[in-house]
Amino acid sequence: MAIYQSGVIFENVDTKNPDCWTLDSYLNRGGYTALKKILNEKITQESIIADMKTSGLRGRGGAGFPTGLKWSFMPRTLEGQKYIVCNSDEGEPGTFKDRDIMAFNPHSLIEGMIIAGYSISASVGYNYIHGEIFEIYERFEAALSEAREAGFLGKDIQGSGFDFELYAHHGYGAYICGEETALLDSLEGKKGQPRFKPPFPASYGLYGRPTTINNTESLASVPFILRDGAQVFQDKGVPNGGGTKLFSVSGHVNRPGNYEIPLGTPFTKLLEMAGGMRDGKKLKAVIPGGSSAPLLPASIMLECNMDFDSIAKAGSMLGSGGVIIMNEDVCMVKALERLAYFYHEESCGQCTPCREGTGWLYEIIHRIENGEGRINDLELLDSIGNQMAGRTICALADAAVFPVRSFIKHFRDEFEYHIEHKKCMVSHKWC
Amino acid sequence: MLSNEALEKIDIELAKYPDNRQRSAIMSALRIAQSEKGWLSHELVGYVADYLKIPPVQALEVATFYGMYNLKPVGKYKLTVCTNLPCALSGGVDAALYLKERLGVGFNETTADGMYTLKEGECMGACGDAPVILVNNHKMCSFMTTEAIEKKLAELQ
Repeated sequence: MAIYQSGVIFENVDTKNPDCWTLDSYLNRGGYTALKKILNEKITQESIIADMKTSGLRGRGGAGFPTGLKWSFMPRTLEGQKYIVCNSDEGEPGTFKDRDIMAFNPHSLIEGMIIAGYSISASVGYNYIHGEIFEIYERFEAALSEAREAGFLGKDIQGSGFDFELYAHHGYGAYICGEETALLDSLEGKKGQPRFKPPFPASYGLYGRPTTINNTESLASVPFILRDGAQVFQDKGVPNGGGTKLFSVSGHVNRPGNYEIPLGTPFTKLLEMAGGMRDGKKLKAVIPGGSSAPLLPASIMLECNMDFDSIAKAGSMLGSGGVIIMNEDVCMVKALERLAYFYHEESCGQCTPCREGTGWLYEIIHRIENGEGRINDLELLDSIGNQMAGRTICALADAAVFPVRSFIKHFRDEFEYHIEHKKCMVSHKWC
Repeated sequence: MLSNEALEKIDIELAKYPDNRQRSAIMSALRIAQSEKGWLSHELVGYVADYLKIPPVQALEVATFYGMYNLKPVGKYKLTVCTNLPCALSGGVDAALYLKERLGVGFNETTADGMYTLKEGECMGACGDAPVILVNNHKMCSFMTTEAIEKKLAELQ
């Protein structure tokens, strides 16, 4: 079961109470007061966007782009339909925070999306929900019904003259749809294959109309920012990244789960909150931001703080906040083989370097793991990586190359041992 | 080919999208069709496409692109186990091995009695609950230790 520290999205949310997701519970926690204030006082779009910039909120889906700046790119005064889309297609290995936001506090996301719609002149929103979490999709639909009935969605919301409708769209098993333009194509009922950028979604998005796409956690943070104050949010974090952040801790810890903590919290503190290492084993390596982020060895990770700059300086990415913890028993070749298989499976097949390259990465790591590695395989992997990264429409190819490079960089001896001795250097145990 | 109840569900999905954008409802329409029939035959995909008034090929390309559609018949219960890295670190691979032995089938195979189909899954976004098993795409079962698997199999009759 997930565990939380009081923060922003999970402030006062009693996740043990089966009714904590309901409208009543949300209203009792001060829910929808930010929206009501905006509508009653007719707060301007410019003022809200300025607040979002002040908050220092950076996108929580992985790229860390400033949310306020993204909103400011929307051509708000352009006539015609505009859209706000929430990316809840959470399938980045190691990441499971958005699922819990929708399970335990869906109205924070709904309120955030209504406010976002108001701020960018979008009267329709879609929440694209990951295929494997059908029960969460149903929960979100139930929350939408409550919000509609209470007059927070629909025509003339709270007598303000502002119309906004919000719908849930259910995915069906394609990692690539977490890429925002693949998600838009999927919403249009097509194969989820990323689009060339430019044009960016703010000018040509869903059905060719201006669209803003934000991550679930980003949008669910909006009510807090506009209710408690942008500066209050900023001050919870660090200068180059405001607020708290949800970290999904998985792997060899005693208490895997989601932890909402201030950006800048030392990694050692997060590890301690997650109950420390399971069975008292030694920490070997960590992937700090979802499987697409470069791996860091324990010695570097233990010195890091959990914020964008600290993790970047250490050579990785904060990404989605999926923190994968590995102990001393893990063979790095075997771990990398599994990730390489994933990217090969999930490449959409549109760009040749990715479609073919992810296959080659997997094949070669697989043969090393199976004792058939060749002496120049590590150079070959590097060369394939060079032909993939930065040469495709989207970042999946890069995401497939990052783990390969970082695993070999930090644990080259294990790969060389595997090639030479045709077996693992450590006596591998998954758990 | 589909019950009125299923068609009503598809109509609810259709209403979410603008006029003339009924193609957007194809993913959910195929999901609803599959839930009723168990798998998507070409005829069924064609039927759903006709219902949405879109070319059959647009429905088929969606059915073949997304991993959760069954393009062949499956057992009464499709069990999908996540074996991706974070899950593997908390028993995902062990759960899959146990199920293979217990059911006597490999991945993408169905037991002789037609009860269970075993699938290997990719990230379900639930790594903190590993081992995770998805039953018939829509019911997620968490912390699936050997005991929990046995209990679940006893329920799924």
